[in-house]
Amino acid sequence: MKLSDITIGQHFPGQSPVHLMDPRAKIVVTGAYIVMLFLAQNLLSLLVGAVFVLITYPASGIALRLILKSLKPVLPIIIFTGILNLFFVSGEPLWEFWRLSITAEGIRLAVHMCLRIVCLIAGSALLTYTTSPIALTDGLEALFSPLKKIKAPVHEIVMIMTITLRFIPTLIEETGKIMSAQKARGADLESGNILQRMRAMLPILIPLFVSAFRRAEELALAMESRCYHGGEGRTRLRVLAFSGVDVWAAVFTIAFVFAVVAINISGPALGIPGTLR
Amino acid sequence: MPAIIKTESLSHVYSQGTAFEQAAVHDVDLEIEKGAFVGVIGHTGSGKSTLIQHFNGLLRPTSGRVLIDGEDTWEHPKQIRRFRFKVGLVFQYPEYQLFEETLYKDIAFGPTNMGLTPDEVDVRVRQAARFVELPEDMLQKSPFELSGGQKRRAAIAGVIAMNPEVLVLDEPTAGLDPRGRDRILGEIKEYHQQQGNTVLLVSHSMEDIARLADKVLVLARGRVFMYDDTRAVFARAEQLEQLGLSPPQITKICTRLHREGLPVSPEIFTVGAAKTAILSALGEKERNR
Ligand SMILES: Nc1ncnc2c1ncn2[C@@H]1O[C@H](COP(=O)(O)OP(=O)(O)OP(=O)(O)O)[C@@H](O)[C@H]1O
Ligand SMILES: [Mg+2]
Repeated sequence: MKLSDITIGQHFPGQSPVHLMDPRAKIVVTGAYIVMLFLAQNLLSLLVGAVFVLITYPASGIALRLILKSLKPVLPIIIFTGILNLFFVSGEPLWEFWRLSITAEGIRLAVHMCLRIVCLIAGSALLTYTTSPIALTDGLEALFSPLKKIKAPVHEIVMIMTITLRFIPTLIEETGKIMSAQKARGADLESGNILQRMRAMLPILIPLFVSAFRRAEELALAMESRCYHGGEGRTRLRVLAFSGVDVWAAVFTIAFVFAVVAINISGPALGIPGTLR
Repeated sequence: MPAIIKTESLSHVYSQGTAFEQAAVHDVDLEIEKGAFVGVIGHTGSGKSTLIQHFNGLLRPTSGRVLIDGEDTWEHPKQIRRFRFKVGLVFQYPEYQLFEETLYKDIAFGPTNMGLTPDEVDVRVRQAARFVELPEDMLQKSPFELSGGQKRRAAIAGVIAMNPEVLVLDEPTAGLDPRGRDRILGEIKEYHQQQGNTVLLVSHSMEDIARLADKVLVLARGRVFMYDDTRAVFARAEQLEQLGLSPPQITKICTRLHREGLPVSPEIFTVGAAKTAILSALGEKERNR
């Protein structure tokens, strides 16, 4: 995997309706979308979920190609899920060889599970693609603020998340630089067995940790010298506000959830033990 | 003199085929002679760092070729590591690459990767440490206990210890105090003179380049703007200033004196030379009185 393949927390600024949505609304819509995917019990209703993604990506001006990019890191999980379902679901066998059998249910379930994961990743990736990390954490803090009543350190947790997200690209860049510097001294990162390769990572990991600690210390100092003392009594630079786009998004999402539920009721459910009908 | 580094219409585009596409080096044809001391200057973002990372095969040209000693670097991608040892590259802020328990082990990292025997490595490490004036007893210290300037010199030693035919340094003095700067530059110059290796020095300080380099490569927007003898490059002051680069302060003073009618050559780049020239000009004035 190349460093540039890491898209977590990558944000593509824009002015599309999706970009303009309130982060709280976007998080809730994403949550509703995920619930919708799990409600979808037959292929048809799951396809409705896929359509949701196929509409929202173009609507936000994000290339559908990026879905593939965000799927890359989880590809092994998808393949594993597919294989597991394909071979280990009991039912009427279609093919049999050795002790493995492929059943019609197995195929259906494998396709269903894989499609569900793809939709899950694609949908949640769109949230980070269209929302800046700052807006995202602002939204999370607002949504979780009721927990402050029970003394949960919501602000602190969200601040930690903000800082983490903020530093992911920086650390990726730094990793690239350190890798180049060690390669220039003849470090061999590409060959050898697993143990040798793990050892070969040390010259990169150690400087990376050292610099991460140094950055953390500098940041803490900078925050303290500006009198940061947690969330109490802080006012905001960006005040979150719902707008017309959010209402439309809500209507759009509710329509989809209804469609999925309706198809579920009328269509055949998958005969999976332990799942909702 | 045969060329040790040769580029043929070398271009590099970062993140090609994405929205972040960025052409950093454009159609560079260059020949650097063996044993030369070449200064590389250019505005920030002009492609200096990108260009030099092609010389040891860290970056692969998007088009064009790089020849080291007549060999195409990317002809056999599997053997690219050979060129890392032939062309030693010291990055900007190299102290962040230190990682070993002791300074000795850290300097030994490069030579060990070359596959040298422990005895040979030992010789290389001590020699490199001597070059950058790190005392022997410091070699057993942790690199993280050193001062900023010492760390920098240790990192440079880590590359010198590979005894590369070409030593490339990307702004080795950035962020150092004047004394630390002069010390490192002095050591690099001495390394060049004693070993006769080719040295490329990227720097934002025209004074340093003027003092050290035989030839100067000027990059602008990813292209070669000038590549000539130091004298000839700094003589074209107006063109340099258009790029936001300025000739050394002392050259500006001499040019001004020349314009005022004093017999001082405008082609003076070091304070020492200026002193001699101005004194002799003053002497001449005295005599003419
Ligand atoms: N890893 C990278 N990915 C994408 N673009 C890059 C990358 N590294 C450099 N660039 C771009 O390539 C161009 C040339 O950069 P480069 O670092 O070579 O400049 P430079 O002359 O070394 O500048 P400086 O004097 O600031 O070090 C710049 O426009 C820069 O934004
Ligand atoms: Mg640079």
